[in-house]
Amino acid sequence: MARALVTGNYAAGYTLSLAGESNREAMGCAVGAYPITPQTEIIETVAAYKFSKGRMVAVESEHSAMAVCIGASLAGARAFTASSSNGLAYMVENVYMAGFYRLPIVMIAVNRTLGPPWNIWTDQSDSLMLRDTGWIQLYAAAHQDLVDAILLAFRIAEDHRVLLPVLVSMDGFLVSHTSGVVELPELEQVERYLPNLDLPHRLRHEHPVTVGGMTFPHETEHHRKGMIDAMDRVPEVLREAIEEFEPVFGRRPRGAMAADFTEDAETVLIACNTMSRTLKNVIRERRKRGEKIGMIETRMFRPLIEDELRAAIGPAKRVGILDRNISPGSGGVFWREITSALQGHSDVLVQDYLVGLGGGDVTPAIINEIIDDLVTRKRAVAPIWKEVAA
Amino acid sequence: MSTVAETAHKPEHDCLLRPGSTNCAGCGMSLGLQWLDEALGENRPVMVIPACCGIVTAGKFPTTAYGVPTVAATFAAAAAVGTGVSVVQELNGDDHPVVCWAGDGGTYDIGLATISAAAERNENIIFFCYDNEIYGNTGGQRSSATPAGVRTTTTPFGKVETKKDIMSIMAAHRVPYAATLSLAHRDDFMRKLATARRTRGFRFLLMLSPCPTGWKSEPTQSVELVDYAVRSGLFPVYEVFGGTHYRINVRRDGTPVEEFTQRQRRYRGVDVDLDIVRAQIEQRWQFLETMERAFPVAEDRR
Repeated sequence: MARALVTGNYAAGYTLSLAGESNREAMGCAVGAYPITPQTEIIETVAAYKFSKGRMVAVESEHSAMAVCIGASLAGARAFTASSSNGLAYMVENVYMAGFYRLPIVMIAVNRTLGPPWNIWTDQSDSLMLRDTGWIQLYAAAHQDLVDAILLAFRIAEDHRVLLPVLVSMDGFLVSHTSGVVELPELEQVERYLPNLDLPHRLRHEHPVTVGGMTFPHETEHHRKGMIDAMDRVPEVLREAIEEFEPVFGRRPRGAMAADFTEDAETVLIACNTMSRTLKNVIRERRKRGEKIGMIETRMFRPLIEDELRAAIGPAKRVGILDRNISPGSGGVFWREITSALQGHSDVLVQDYLVGLGGGDVTPAIINEIIDDLVTRKRAVAPIWKEVAA
Repeated sequence: MSTVAETAHKPEHDCLLRPGSTNCAGCGMSLGLQWLDEALGENRPVMVIPACCGIVTAGKFPTTAYGVPTVAATFAAAAAVGTGVSVVQELNGDDHPVVCWAGDGGTYDIGLATISAAAERNENIIFFCYDNEIYGNTGGQRSSATPAGVRTTTTPFGKVETKKDIMSIMAAHRVPYAATLSLAHRDDFMRKLATARRTRGFRFLLMLSPCPTGWKSEPTQSVELVDYAVRSGLFPVYEVFGGTHYRINVRRDGTPVEEFTQRQRRYRGVDVDLDIVRAQIEQRWQFLETMERAFPVAEDRR
């Protein structure tokens, strides 16, 4: 294990490469890659890796990047890629195909605001657009979380109880282009942790099948039900993947969510990605002043483990959600989802705050303003817009 | 006395196109797939088929008319999905041919960027376009492969624009091998598939594929129609090696182009100026013959 100061993009590219290399005794690995800011350094890192049995194909579009991953995965190889923003939007049709074909592809989404107008900074409008594609979604708030999430991603995706692709997201620039101290894994460790990929439905001449032929409504219902069942098994498989992580890498990766100070909290804030780190600092300060306040960092959005979320919220009276995304005509995506999860279980007040859209800095001062509003709030109102950028 | 088991024909492998496909009667694809099967012999292909009649051919899950591993790709993505399969096969020393099987929509139109990129990278795949000059699967809309003058559901008064010259586009990519295939010239068809099989890298095959449903023609006349298209010079049968060296395989014989057009109701009810069509044929042949003279293929090259 090497301790290194690296960018988020490098950490992702390095970890992906080792995951690919570790499948060399099976069918190898393949990558379809297309550049887009702020993820480009990831595919550049992968391109520089000398695979024993692997190839990166520099294609002409994101649509084809995912298509190459689909073909490679169906042929039995470990396949992965990375993209951002409009690149993910262009890729969507094949993102669905990867999900619906139950292919254990891993993709890094470096969160970037969707254009137009053109904006390269972070928000989650891109990865949340992929909400219904049948992909598991993990979010990494920091560099080490990112490395660990990628390793967990392959492990979960390729488990025969799951067989679903995984999207691992991080904030553009705030993680992708900043450097952090990370325990980078060794190839030998990755090989121990990730078994050789064995895709049960890979293409075989001895048993020729037509993948993706026509089905009628009844078969389609069963196909979708199979995906729901697979999603339902993710929490169990994730728990096992975490348990088996520690003996190999010597540290414990974080799970679907991380709750802090929630045991006695009357007010709970929920946030994702780097906003959760700023939030944590603010909450620490306010707890020193005796405020009964806690937080939850959401690290897995699909599947959303609702019972774990409800347990984490506990007896709180108020919940505030920081959404760095927006569904026009509705509100924050996390807010809608979490409100639904609480429906019928709790009459806790849930207030949405739309903050940091388009990548504006969400500073401790902004978060303090939000908390000041929330702790005195008697009833929830429509999502509150917090304009943060000057 | 021999038993049934001894005399019955027992193929070495499952056929590529099994009985029971959903293809219309007279569909050029049905014959094309069988000839592809025969030409590849023991080299069983992996088929990658985008959204088109070719994937509907399989029929409804859980049955399939395809007797080889087959992947349905998204409409634009056959050449990229095929790339992924081919890359992994090469990494694992597997030399089964990867055949992308697409209609003109998935080749000339929505798939063009993907094909261009795969050709530029010289991926080891055979891209086979069955060109019925129409979006047949959706009921017969114009594509950029539809010839001028043809009536389709989106050109009810006749298409104005000329058919796109996809062969020249592929040749401009300097692909190792590109050829047009005629269902009326079986020996030439089989020889070209053998050449394609032997060649490494990106291979492009273009087959004129009659569509009685869209062309409003008699299913029994499909092969005859192709023959008229070839003999009149409307569909030149030729091959291009390395994108530069041309060989015309079947000469036109002066058959009037009306023999082709008059047997299809898609040409009726519109004012097709056959003089313009004839002029286009002349221009096309002048180009091909000039190329053949300037950059001939070595005679012994098969």
